[in-house]
Amino acid sequence: MATVPLPTRPHPATAEAAPPPSNAKDKARRAHRRPGFRREQFSGWGMMAPAALLLLAFIFIPAILGFGLAFTNARLISPRPVEFVGVENFARLFSDPTFYRALLNVAYFTVVIVPVQSGLALVMALLINKKFRGVNFFRTVYFLPVVTSMVVVSLLWLFMYRKDGLINEILSAVSFGLIDGPDWLGDPNTAMPAIIILSIWQAAGFHMIIWLAGLQGISGELYEASQLDGTSRWQQFRYVTWPGLFHARSLVLVTITIQALGLFDQISVMTQGGPMDSTTTIIYEAVQSGYRQQETSYASAISLVFFVLVLIVSAVQRYLTREKD
Amino acid sequence: MNTKLTKVLATSIAAVALTATLAGCGKGSASSSTEGSGEIALWTHNAGNPEELGAVQKIVDSYNGSQDKVKVKVQAFPQDSYNDSVVSAAAAGNLPCIVDIDGPNVPNWAWAGYLKPLEVGTDLSKHLPSTVAQWDGKPYAVGYYDVALAMMARASDLKAAGVRVATIEQPWTKEEFQDALAKLKALGKWEHPLDLGTAGTGEWLPYAYSPFLQSFGGDLVNREGFQSADGELNGDKAVQWANWFRGLADQGFMAKKSGKDSTQDFLNNKSAIVYTGSWAGDKAKAALGDDLVVMPPVDLGEGPKIGGASWQWGVTSGCGDSEAAMDYLSYSLKPENIAAVAKVTGAIPASEEAAAQIPAFAEGGANRIFMDFSRKYAVMRPETPAYPFIATEYGKAVQDILNGADAKSTLDNAVKAIDANIKSNGGYKN
Repeated sequence: MATVPLPTRPHPATAEAAPPPSNAKDKARRAHRRPGFRREQFSGWGMMAPAALLLLAFIFIPAILGFGLAFTNARLISPRPVEFVGVENFARLFSDPTFYRALLNVAYFTVVIVPVQSGLALVMALLINKKFRGVNFFRTVYFLPVVTSMVVVSLLWLFMYRKDGLINEILSAVSFGLIDGPDWLGDPNTAMPAIIILSIWQAAGFHMIIWLAGLQGISGELYEASQLDGTSRWQQFRYVTWPGLFHARSLVLVTITIQALGLFDQISVMTQGGPMDSTTTIIYEAVQSGYRQQETSYASAISLVFFVLVLIVSAVQRYLTREKD
Repeated sequence: MNTKLTKVLATSIAAVALTATLAGCGKGSASSSTEGSGEIALWTHNAGNPEELGAVQKIVDSYNGSQDKVKVKVQAFPQDSYNDSVVSAAAAGNLPCIVDIDGPNVPNWAWAGYLKPLEVGTDLSKHLPSTVAQWDGKPYAVGYYDVALAMMARASDLKAAGVRVATIEQPWTKEEFQDALAKLKALGKWEHPLDLGTAGTGEWLPYAYSPFLQSFGGDLVNREGFQSADGELNGDKAVQWANWFRGLADQGFMAKKSGKDSTQDFLNNKSAIVYTGSWAGDKAKAALGDDLVVMPPVDLGEGPKIGGASWQWGVTSGCGDSEAAMDYLSYSLKPENIAAVAKVTGAIPASEEAAAQIPAFAEGGANRIFMDFSRKYAVMRPETPAYPFIATEYGKAVQDILNGADAKSTLDNAVKAIDANIKSNGGYKN
């Protein structure tokens, strides 16, 4: 009796990587023969067209126009012809203390929110990744803030953060009147932390869902195997769950970072960048200049700089979280 | 195969139709409403304000009934998005014939070429000066009403504190005001005796607080040619104003950030003196009756000042039938029409004739005092296309100063930004 090797699970990387080349070659070879291919390709383009057109009209063309406008003196309202002014807008931008303050604020926001929000979301996902009665109830509760518009959330929290608002009332009640809470959004020291807490609360549910999807993608056999090996819960998390979340992790990191860099809604509704620029952000400055101050070209310059920054940050992040083989 | 092809065709047609609609948005609607068919469009910011919208609609209906050449059609927008709507419509070459405009924005829109100088049959010199917006020597917009800022208090509170009621003949001076606030605070009835509406944002900031600056002797911009704010917005007088203003908060007389609705807080006895507009007059009168006193703002050196100009009407330069639009405007300026709008809004009617038709604003009426404030104290916000920019810079400076930023350097920064903006626009000359 010959020994048959035990069936092992194929290594995921080789399993996925192997078939495509042959498949593609096959297709290419068959393309010459199949009369339906051209039509299929045609319908493919046809189906892509609506989305592509919308993307073109509302994303790409405005973006390209924006890049161009950044080097002119265009205004929202003006009878004067648009002139090319070179890097004047950028020179003005880089000598503006508010811009540096905005950069600093966004960096502060991002550095705090990326680990805290993704960590919290992971904990939430681990908690509800169990089979017990009412798990759907908790999933809904955690996800609820996400479906509520940020503007509505901001308006509600605006009341809670007031000097005589809910939060200070609670602080005062639990401390028997010892703590007299600050005017959270009116104090330069507490305004940004207040915005951060609200933002984490609102968006953590969304990233919880991504983590959850990642968790459920990890094969149960791995847990069984690790249990047989007698691992502790921590070891199980460290050597099974964490590596299994690789893709979810990259996705969560990149989306949180990009969302954090684009901080705007909360600021516009709650603090308008104040007090004393302590919560102003790059996007808020761009909207403020472009609309309220009508300086389209300056706003474009801000947006262009912002675009480059996001590009650099996410490129670095992609590089750091790449699959190291 | 056939169904597939049909699907592809359908998708492509849908896509083409979609692009065509997108491209069409830019042109279609305006030309259809401004040319031919005898219909002209009128845009207003009153969507969230049913009383005023109703009054405007009534004027339009009666005009439409009075002749059969043109029909005016009203389209109302919420106030928050109104300016953006007009500016986008203008950028797309898509303006309606008649628009309403917040007074201080008129020079900006006139400079941009949105508006046509008015040619109305009415004698505008009889109107309250702040209701006619001029730029470059020509009238570009006219309003049915104006509003006035005032200080309101309870006579009983002032008496209890031993504070004199300020009058037009004898407004409070800076020292008297300081003394009054100290005495009111000493009563211990309120956390902050004064409410200047510091929670306000946007246009409220320059509207409410630049009159204090002007009363000190400063201004938003040098009105000789409107080329620079240097020396006006950051001069000694302006710094004095800034320190006085923040001092009110530092001494605990007012909150750095008041409640959302100052009038309501005042009526709920959360403050002794509220600084608000004539629009709150009727409500306060109804709640407090004879105990309510309406006082002029404080004389900080150069006499009391209040902001002038409210919402006004203009005709756009792209209007296909501007004669009809002007005709409608002339019709709408009849005293009974002005009176009707002023009545429902509680605002100051633009002309004496209209005021005579409203008991509250006629000689001896309860609200007459607001009209007197307007005539006596109104200072127009600088009539320059740079105003929207100046307004945002000033608003930010006010908030920063209130929150403790250094007055001189904050104002210097605002001046720097304003001067750079004026320069980069070629001085906003034609």
